[in-house]
Amino acid sequence: MADLRTNFLGIKSPNPFWLASAPPTDKEYNVVRAFKAGWGGVVWKTLGEDPAVVNVNGPRYGAIHGPDRSLLGFNNIELITDRPLEVNLREIKQVKRDWPDRALVVSLMVPCEEQNWIDILRRVEETEADGVELNFGCPHGMSERGMGSAVGQVPEYIEMVTRWCKQHTRMPVIVKLTPNITDIRNPARAAHAGGADAVSLINTINSIVSVDLDQMAPYPTIDGQGAHGGYCGPAVKPIALNMVAEIARDPQTQGLPISGIGGVTTWRDAAEFMALGAGTVQVCTAAMTYGFRIVEDLIDGLSDWMDEKGYTSVDEVVGRAVPKVTDWQRLNLNYVVKARIDQDACIKCGRCHIACEDTSHQAITAMKDGLRHFEVIDEECVGCNLCVSVCPVEDCITMEHIAEGTDPRTGKPIDPNYANWTTHPNNPNRVPEAAE
Amino acid sequence: MADALVTPDIRAGRLTADDYLENFEDLHPPLGVHEARVEADRCYFCYDAPCTIACPTSIDIPKFIRQIATGNPLGSAKTIFEQNILGGMCARVCPTETLCEEACVRNLAEDRPVSIGLLQRHATDTFLARNASLPYERAAPTGKRVVVVGGGPAGLSCAHALAREGHDVTIFEARPKLGGLNEYGIAAYKTTHDFAQAEVDFVLSIGGITVKCDTALGRDITLEGLRRDFDAVFLGMGLGGVNALRTEGEDLAGVIDAVAYIAELRQAQDLSALPVGRKVVVIGGGMTAIDIAVQIKRLGAEEVTIAYRRDREAMKASAYEQEIALTNGVVIRECLAPRRLIGEGGHVRAIELERMLPDSAGRLTGTGESVTLEADQVFKAIGQTFVPDALGGGEALELDGGRIGVDADRRTSLTGVWAGGDCVAGGEDLTVASVEDGKIAAASIHAALSA
Ligand SMILES: Cc1cc2nc3c(=O)[nH]c(=O)nc-3n(C[C@H](O)[C@H](O)[C@H](O)COP(=O)(O)OP(=O)(O)OC[C@H]3O[C@@H](n4cnc5c(N)ncnc54)[C@H](O)[C@@H]3O)c2cc1C
Ligand SMILES: Cc1cc2nc3c(=O)[nH]c(=O)nc-3n(C[C@H](O)[C@H](O)[C@H](O)COP(=O)(O)O)c2cc1C
Ligand code: SF4
Ligand code: SF4
Ligand code: SF4
Repeated sequence: MADLRTNFLGIKSPNPFWLASAPPTDKEYNVVRAFKAGWGGVVWKTLGEDPAVVNVNGPRYGAIHGPDRSLLGFNNIELITDRPLEVNLREIKQVKRDWPDRALVVSLMVPCEEQNWIDILRRVEETEADGVELNFGCPHGMSERGMGSAVGQVPEYIEMVTRWCKQHTRMPVIVKLTPNITDIRNPARAAHAGGADAVSLINTINSIVSVDLDQMAPYPTIDGQGAHGGYCGPAVKPIALNMVAEIARDPQTQGLPISGIGGVTTWRDAAEFMALGAGTVQVCTAAMTYGFRIVEDLIDGLSDWMDEKGYTSVDEVVGRAVPKVTDWQRLNLNYVVKARIDQDACIKCGRCHIACEDTSHQAITAMKDGLRHFEVIDEECVGCNLCVSVCPVEDCITMEHIAEGTDPRTGKPIDPNYANWTTHPNNPNRVPEAAE
Repeated sequence: MADALVTPDIRAGRLTADDYLENFEDLHPPLGVHEARVEADRCYFCYDAPCTIACPTSIDIPKFIRQIATGNPLGSAKTIFEQNILGGMCARVCPTETLCEEACVRNLAEDRPVSIGLLQRHATDTFLARNASLPYERAAPTGKRVVVVGGGPAGLSCAHALAREGHDVTIFEARPKLGGLNEYGIAAYKTTHDFAQAEVDFVLSIGGITVKCDTALGRDITLEGLRRDFDAVFLGMGLGGVNALRTEGEDLAGVIDAVAYIAELRQAQDLSALPVGRKVVVIGGGMTAIDIAVQIKRLGAEEVTIAYRRDREAMKASAYEQEIALTNGVVIRECLAPRRLIGEGGHVRAIELERMLPDSAGRLTGTGESVTLEADQVFKAIGQTFVPDALGGGEALELDGGRIGVDADRRTSLTGVWAGGDCVAGGEDLTVASVEDGKIAAASIHAALSA
């Protein structure tokens, strides 16, 4: 079994699976259950100042479902913890004492005044928690009060608050970023400049999950009205992955530790976040969907996969795919692929044909010798991968690399050398090639 | 004191009232809304879908299934009715395992097709539960008059399509009720709660259709007269006769025509009044044989055996239908041909059969070995025949292999006369095929009347 022990900013945990700051981490009762189930760490539900916030009494969640009611996306209008600060701190202290081998990070959100941060940091330090996470991400409710994503959207504020925190505590400081911005690198750079030990991302995305067409109001509906919420769950994973990768490969933030969050549901999701640079992953929706027991397979699956690939420790995986993330303009334009249909696996549904025929390049037959038959026409195929995406049978269509010879589509010989857009003759801004 | 040897054990009311209810509820219970959504999601929305090609009425199956998946069951039902106005009955009675579901690409993916029949039922049931009438407006009246003889699936489908085009249609039906075998023949557990009549009302709601029941061609009206009085004639009379066994003892009491018994069962107000033998033998290998065997078993017969002269593979009943018989406790014995019905006191007591040997070409030779099965009732389910007598009187209509000959447009040899359903040559003897015949004939009649 691979070694899943994780050391993130000096915070040790038996595995990289942490529960994100959210309802699963709002109380001692839940957190203890999570630790018993095997979670490596938790980020306690965000603490604020007393008097505690008040949540709506109506529905606070909504979801996007697959046709079999599998939960694909999740939306919430919940605020930070609505329990008294004192109670949370007492429980945090107790849990840390009872579970010394687990990571216990405390999420914080107070108004943007230095003294407010000084006060709360002092109180958290007394709990002996392992670190703090600054919640600059919550996009609903709190942001209307100048906190959460209202801070996360202004790099100057991020930098300022981060600096205060670093100045006033010995605990590691993680800055949790909001995805509700145009370029994630700017808030990450600001956190870095402020001295953050790490960033965590993503918090939830502004969303209206659906409209109740009978009430003619956003869902979830509170007495006839609705407000936007924050979106998370499997649907946001691709957005989160990209943001993690952008920070990981940004020269200005290179080496800044990242805790990856957003749609992590399986060990494979976790491995993908880690490959793109996340040292730990945080999970919320998957736990809220299935309960804490999913951590068993997260641990097993990651470990088995690492064994299979010969990785012995988490560090060997973290960031491994980052060097392969590049800009479009650096992609090899001489790399030619053609779709290939495995006729034995093909069930003849015809979806590849109609997708390519109606919306792409007319490169798949529907009939051959009077029979229903789906085959790629190399003269037309641009290798776009649409057919692979729509085929219901996994691995039935694959992309074959044509390394040499002539591309039947262009009729031109395939150049075996790497060449990208920066030097392409059609590029008006091409860099002149070095003189021979 | 009853003497088991001389008194055949035939009784009514073998079961409790609850048993009858349970045994004659839906063979395949309808899907709930959630089940339907989950099943609908299994459909791949195929291009040029093989299931649609396999459907005799060419229902746009991927479209109607997608409409269920998107929460539009009424639109789904309209997609079905557009091609098959008896889509509700077909959803219940089609041997989907040899039609649409056999063609479904999911068979290749994982050996289990999309449950097209059950989904079709879900959509059409939902529509009928919410709407008493059709989703169509009749076209402006054309003043043309068409007569339809026989109110079975073929006749109803034809009448509906023509009425929709604005023609005035009259249906003459020999029996007291419309529906044909939907009402008198289909197994009771396939069309529960009087669905056949509900569907007839639904089909007639298009308007412009006059119904005359208890009126038989050849008895009350003549083909010559109809040709004179109407602009077009459609014959959808089904099969009026049954094949004879032509074996000794066929006249004994307790030797029963399966189709007639099923008709009685279907019309029975009280199933516990039907006479049911303790030991029952069914002769035949088609859908009717399966249906009578299963129904008599569910009426409380103790031992039911289907005896078929060829092997099971050669049975017209699909492997799936055979499976239904077997799971209902019916015994299927193959390669046994009836030779003699043995009676006592005028009542059948046993049947003697000869073991047959089919060769690779399907020819049968007797082996001489005989097998005797005790029987309180013997049901004949060896095929129905077309009875052309009703057509007599005027110019002769050409027959083809004993049934009415038609061209691709379901035109007969007589001008102005079309025919379809079981009574024509070359058909499949299925409800859905009859609906398609009626549809094709209607299109041809409409074209002729509009010319
Ligand atoms: C026992 C049994 C079970 C079956 N089960 C199935 C099944 O599960 N699935 C399936 O797809 N198919 C099944 N079939 C076949 C299916 O019922 C027929 O193919 C279909 O009903 C034929 O339709 P039709 O309109 O041609 O004839 P019919 O349904 O036979 O209707 C003909 C109508 O014409 C009337 N008629 C006859 N002569 C005259 C006359 N002289 N004047 C006026 N009216 C007349 C009859 O009374 C009848 O109403 C079954 C058949 C039988 C016998
Ligand atoms: C109901 C709910 C409440 C949340 N509350 C907080 C919170 O108090 N503080 C915080 O930093 N993030 C909060 N989040 C965001 C999660 O911590 C996490 O960043 C986000 O849900 C993405 O991860 P996921 O896709 O695994 O759910 C909340 C999420 C949910 C669903
Ligand atoms: S890769 Fe694109 S162009 Fe080629 S066959 Fe598939 S869909 Fe068509
Ligand atoms: S989409 Fe896949 S399974 Fe369907 S026809 Fe194309 S290759 Fe075959
Ligand atoms: S063949 Fe099967 S999967 Fe394809 S459209 Fe028909 S029902 Fe759907």
